[in-house]
Amino acid sequence: MSTVTTLNLDEVAKSYEAAASLCARRVVICAGTGCMAGGSMKVFAALQAEAKAHGLNLEIELDFEDKAHKDGLLTKSGCQGFCQVGPLLSIEPDGILYGKVKPEDVKEIVEKTFKQGEVVDRLLYKDPATEKTYRGLHDIPFYTHQTRTVLKACGSLDPEDIREYIHNDGYKAAMKAIQEMTDEQVCKEILDSGLRGRGGGGFPTGRKWEMARIQPKGKKYIVCNGDEGDPGAFMDRSVMEGNPHAVIEGMMIAGRGIGADEGYVYVRAEYPLAVARVRKAVADAEAAGLLGENILGTGFNFTVHVMEGAGAFVCGEETALLASIEGKRGMPMPKPPFPAQSGLWCKPTIINNVETLASVPLILLSGAADYRKVGTEKSPGTKTFALTGHVANTGLIEVPFGTTLRDIVLGVGGGVTAKDGSIDPKGFKSVQIGGPSGGCLTPEHLELAMDFDSLSSIGAMVGSGGLVVMNHQTCMVQVAKFFMQFTQNESCGKCVPCREGTKQMLALLEDIVEGRATEETLPLLETLAKNVKLGSLCALGKTAPNPVLSTLKYFRAEYEAHVHRKVCPARECKALMTPEIDPSLCKGCTVCVRKCPVDAISGERKQPHKIDPDKCIRCGACVEACKFNAIAGV
Amino acid sequence: MTAEKTLTIDGVQVALNGEKNLLEVIRGAHIELPTFCYHSELSVYGACRLCMVEVEGRGLVAACSAPVEPGLKIKTQSAAVRELRKVNLELLLASGQHDCPTCDKSGACKLQSLSERLGVRKVRFKAPVVVRPLDTSSASLVRDPNKCVLCGDCVRYCSEIQGIGVLEFSHRGSNSVVTPAFGKGLKDVECVLCGQCASVCPTGAITVKSEIEKVHASLENPKKTVVVQIAPAVRAAIGEAFNLPADTHVMGKLVASLRRLGFDKVYDTAFAADLTILEEANEFVARKKKGEDLPLFTSCCPAWVKLAEQDFPELLPHTEVAADGTQKTVQHISSCRSPQGMFSSLAKDVLPKEFGIDRKDLVVVSIMPCTAKKFEAQRPELGVDGSLDTDCVLTTQEAIRMIKDAGIALAELDPESLDMPFGAKSGAGVIFGNSGGVTEAVLRYAAAELEATPEGRAALQDVVMEVRKMDGVREFTANLSIGTIKGAVVHGLANTRKLVRAIKEGKAHYDFVEVMSCPNGCVNGGGQPVAQDSKVVAKRREALRHIDASLDFHRSQDNLALTKCYEDHIGGAPNSHKAHHLLHTVYQNRKRIANEPLALGEISGKEKIPVTVCVGTGCQLRGAQELLRQTLKFVDQADLTDYLDIRATFCMEACDRGPSVTVNGVAKQHCSLDDVKAAIAKALEEHPDEEFRNATVRS
Repeated sequence: MSTVTTLNLDEVAKSYEAAASLCARRVVICAGTGCMAGGSMKVFAALQAEAKAHGLNLEIELDFEDKAHKDGLLTKSGCQGFCQVGPLLSIEPDGILYGKVKPEDVKEIVEKTFKQGEVVDRLLYKDPATEKTYRGLHDIPFYTHQTRTVLKACGSLDPEDIREYIHNDGYKAAMKAIQEMTDEQVCKEILDSGLRGRGGGGFPTGRKWEMARIQPKGKKYIVCNGDEGDPGAFMDRSVMEGNPHAVIEGMMIAGRGIGADEGYVYVRAEYPLAVARVRKAVADAEAAGLLGENILGTGFNFTVHVMEGAGAFVCGEETALLASIEGKRGMPMPKPPFPAQSGLWCKPTIINNVETLASVPLILLSGAADYRKVGTEKSPGTKTFALTGHVANTGLIEVPFGTTLRDIVLGVGGGVTAKDGSIDPKGFKSVQIGGPSGGCLTPEHLELAMDFDSLSSIGAMVGSGGLVVMNHQTCMVQVAKFFMQFTQNESCGKCVPCREGTKQMLALLEDIVEGRATEETLPLLETLAKNVKLGSLCALGKTAPNPVLSTLKYFRAEYEAHVHRKVCPARECKALMTPEIDPSLCKGCTVCVRKCPVDAISGERKQPHKIDPDKCIRCGACVEACKFNAIAGV
Repeated sequence: MTAEKTLTIDGVQVALNGEKNLLEVIRGAHIELPTFCYHSELSVYGACRLCMVEVEGRGLVAACSAPVEPGLKIKTQSAAVRELRKVNLELLLASGQHDCPTCDKSGACKLQSLSERLGVRKVRFKAPVVVRPLDTSSASLVRDPNKCVLCGDCVRYCSEIQGIGVLEFSHRGSNSVVTPAFGKGLKDVECVLCGQCASVCPTGAITVKSEIEKVHASLENPKKTVVVQIAPAVRAAIGEAFNLPADTHVMGKLVASLRRLGFDKVYDTAFAADLTILEEANEFVARKKKGEDLPLFTSCCPAWVKLAEQDFPELLPHTEVAADGTQKTVQHISSCRSPQGMFSSLAKDVLPKEFGIDRKDLVVVSIMPCTAKKFEAQRPELGVDGSLDTDCVLTTQEAIRMIKDAGIALAELDPESLDMPFGAKSGAGVIFGNSGGVTEAVLRYAAAELEATPEGRAALQDVVMEVRKMDGVREFTANLSIGTIKGAVVHGLANTRKLVRAIKEGKAHYDFVEVMSCPNGCVNGGGQPVAQDSKVVAKRREALRHIDASLDFHRSQDNLALTKCYEDHIGGAPNSHKAHHLLHTVYQNRKRIANEPLALGEISGKEKIPVTVCVGTGCQLRGAQELLRQTLKFVDQADLTDYLDIRATFCMEACDRGPSVTVNGVAKQHCSLDDVKAAIAKALEEHPDEEFRNATVRS
């Protein structure tokens, strides 16, 4: 036990610094889920072997006792964010970022970069719009348009090495909270920082903590909500995978703030890597005496349990999440009482999102005032977003609150892409923000400062931070239908408006895209959406109609075209299209005639063909066969 | 009124009296907010969203789950609220097969009455295409998931009030259903058939299984003589269906109605209730005098009896070993049949002789406030050689339906008398329908038989007043010549479970415990007409007391017809040999997993020879686990896995002769590995498939 209680964070940091300085290079391979799926661990192994073959002394684990100089430290990191060009490999101090690295590229990297200090140009990032090549993090626009604080360590630290975290000021904030601050001061510092919950609602974290702090002393709990479930969102996953110790440290500070000695990390079970990394982090922290009884001799106790989610979207709702931890069916309960008053096993409980908790140590280290320097008055700090859809640079990004939509989509995102992947300067149609609970933003919102209040004022929400960019080939009714299908499947089935209302909204949307809508469909859809929003028990149901309401608000003409004219302007709804062959593109090759299973296409060789819409069954065989993109509406 | 203790509802100031939520305050102000999922005795669920009201400054809130705060300004009616309620009802009407004209619950359905009240005239949404199968497995209840609105009332009632919990939610979104575990039928789970789920169900999703057609068939069969018995609590509720007060008057009209339906004789179960008192009181006195088998638990409630069989085998007959090594059989639950059981047994014994007919041509129908009585009637032990004593059980609801169906204007009929002798009863037999009634009847019996002094009898009167209260558990102490009796009266099975646990843990000590599964007793049984509020049940309780008061005799031993019956048919006295044969019963331990052997090998296409090894407690103690292990090892080594399907099974009910092994349907007790090998070899040799026969050589 003596080693545990005498662990000195400064000494660990110093030893690490000393050992790391003996390595000439730091080579970091991204081990986020995206890059690992792309084969980054194979690159890791290949690089290790190749370096050995070239006689290079490439360490894979720092040995504090070994005082010899090394050619480099080969390590892995959490998600570096630029998933679009993964697997990623960065080399410091050279400032190089290689993308789409395959094991067969390793030989060249070792020979050129390691041996001769040269850059392998073909592996560098090339902007698809300008064709310009960039060397690394310091000049790639995807990164330079961002302010990475919460994600900073994610992309550089080895998430499985607690020493790296400690070296990076890890657990300093927790020790400060435990040793130098009272519970009240901790809550006040968070309140002063203006930190707001990153899980969706944006409730001030400090106010929540204070509510739990003033509850009578006794058993209290901290719960980290890692049940990220929005389609297209992977911010929390990346933080849990890339910097699990920050989450644990945030929980310790929260525990100190409200007087809790036990915490649960509720991790989505579909995130096996996050589960494994958080589990390892908890085990390492326990072994180091940073979790458990009498932490580093301070008298403060805090234990953390890791629990895999039950596989239901609704378990991200806090009362349902608590029910799930208690072993019950994940169904929301009416509030009040709020969990801060009566939560897990009827004890005061704070439930914070992963990103919120990961921000906490940063605030305690630099102070509330410093934290407020970034972001806006009412939404201080930065926000991570998962940027996906029709955008050149997809991936995990972090920007200050108040950044305009334009900066995100066109700056960080590098522009909107067309169907074929090319940049389309006029292609921007909409962004769906906040997933199935959020709304859509349009070109008129390009200058909108993204923060909690300005987004909710236009019927959207920050939500957990999914940003899906859509181009003009996207049908907004289909978008609404997609999200409605999602919430309908994921509704817990408890309250009537959510269970039955989302089902009927989906049925109405299906009527619209399949050409069955009548004059009554849109008014009924709106009435229903309004009542589901007003009447539902929990946030899942209350926000479920948002994608419908906001697309109706901004793209009403598109809905009306479907309903009244039975036309899909984006040409996505098959049932509403008339199959036709563009005579200017058709070369009369007769391939489509032969492919058509119902003999709906006719025409002379070398003459433009025709489709009989009454015969056509819209199977799409002709479209696939046509080399000239001449067939549409199928 | 001071502002601190009031709030405003629709512009009217309302005083607060410690209500637990806004809904209670609003209903207290005589505004009947619609709800599906709110019941004051259950936990707040907040799912139907019909009780939403506008609170100034807070928008729409669900009144059921909103805390009461002084000064709130509430609007219970507004365009938004009305639209929300209507849309919700429309959504529910579109959510299943809500075809009122053919629904069993029509007329008592909340969805129907609220749709009417709130003026839903059109359903704008699409009806579902999926039709879910009905669960008709239970003896008493039918579940129709197509009519379920998922209010969860049954789920919470079953787990919170009855402590059983056989129903739960399953699946998500619009696929959500209320179901027993793993989609099993109610018959295959630990349902005690109390029927309270059917009572709280606002729609026709859980209804009572009807035996009406079976009764009609008997009535129309000229070869059959059909007699009917009417349970005490029925008379307290049947008038509700015909807008009549509950009194003896109604009973007479019911008798007249049943005669018109074609019943040959109309009798009273209260006669058998008197009989029960004499049998049970004597059983109790005998136990008390010996100081054995105490506390005695009553056995007239079939739902309780099933629960005891499932969960409390220590109350059933079992062997206990004393410190000195002597063994004796201990039984806490009374061996008495329920009044229904006693009546039918006696009727089938006496009436055929009296009428000069065969036993098989006598049909005994009972009208019961209870759904579990249907299950009880089907117990094989309550019959003779496979011929059951009770042929059909109609609930009060079904009796009402039969009378209405026949167009009989019950209210207009002149009262008629019951048939004798089984129509005679004392008031003690009638109050059986109330929780505490059995205890009161026993005390009345004891006051006369066991307490000689007038002071002692007066003191017992105070005890009776205690017993009449309605708390979940009432305790009493009575001083009798046979000693001081400590007793408890409990209703609701969750309360019962707690009480039994307290007794087991030595925290409570009683001589006598009366158990009724349904809160308030049989007057609130699962077969009674659905009581829209608790006042109705209180009226029924009162009604039985009035009827008791109006009768000539109030103690079971004063029932002269009963005394004569003992002399003529039941061996002369309570607990006689004949009485034991006719009026007492045995119990079966149901703490078993039946018919669900666990597969232990890979399952291939070929039909294998089944080998089951019992791993129940009895066999386990006799080495079944080791035998199973060796058997598996042998089968593996002999390379017979393709031919044999080895399974572990739960109890084969030959516990004292274990280990029990069955090979190809042939059971062997006291089984050794050699026995198993021999049985397997024999089964292989005799197998029709040559491949199996060849395998014998290898083994």
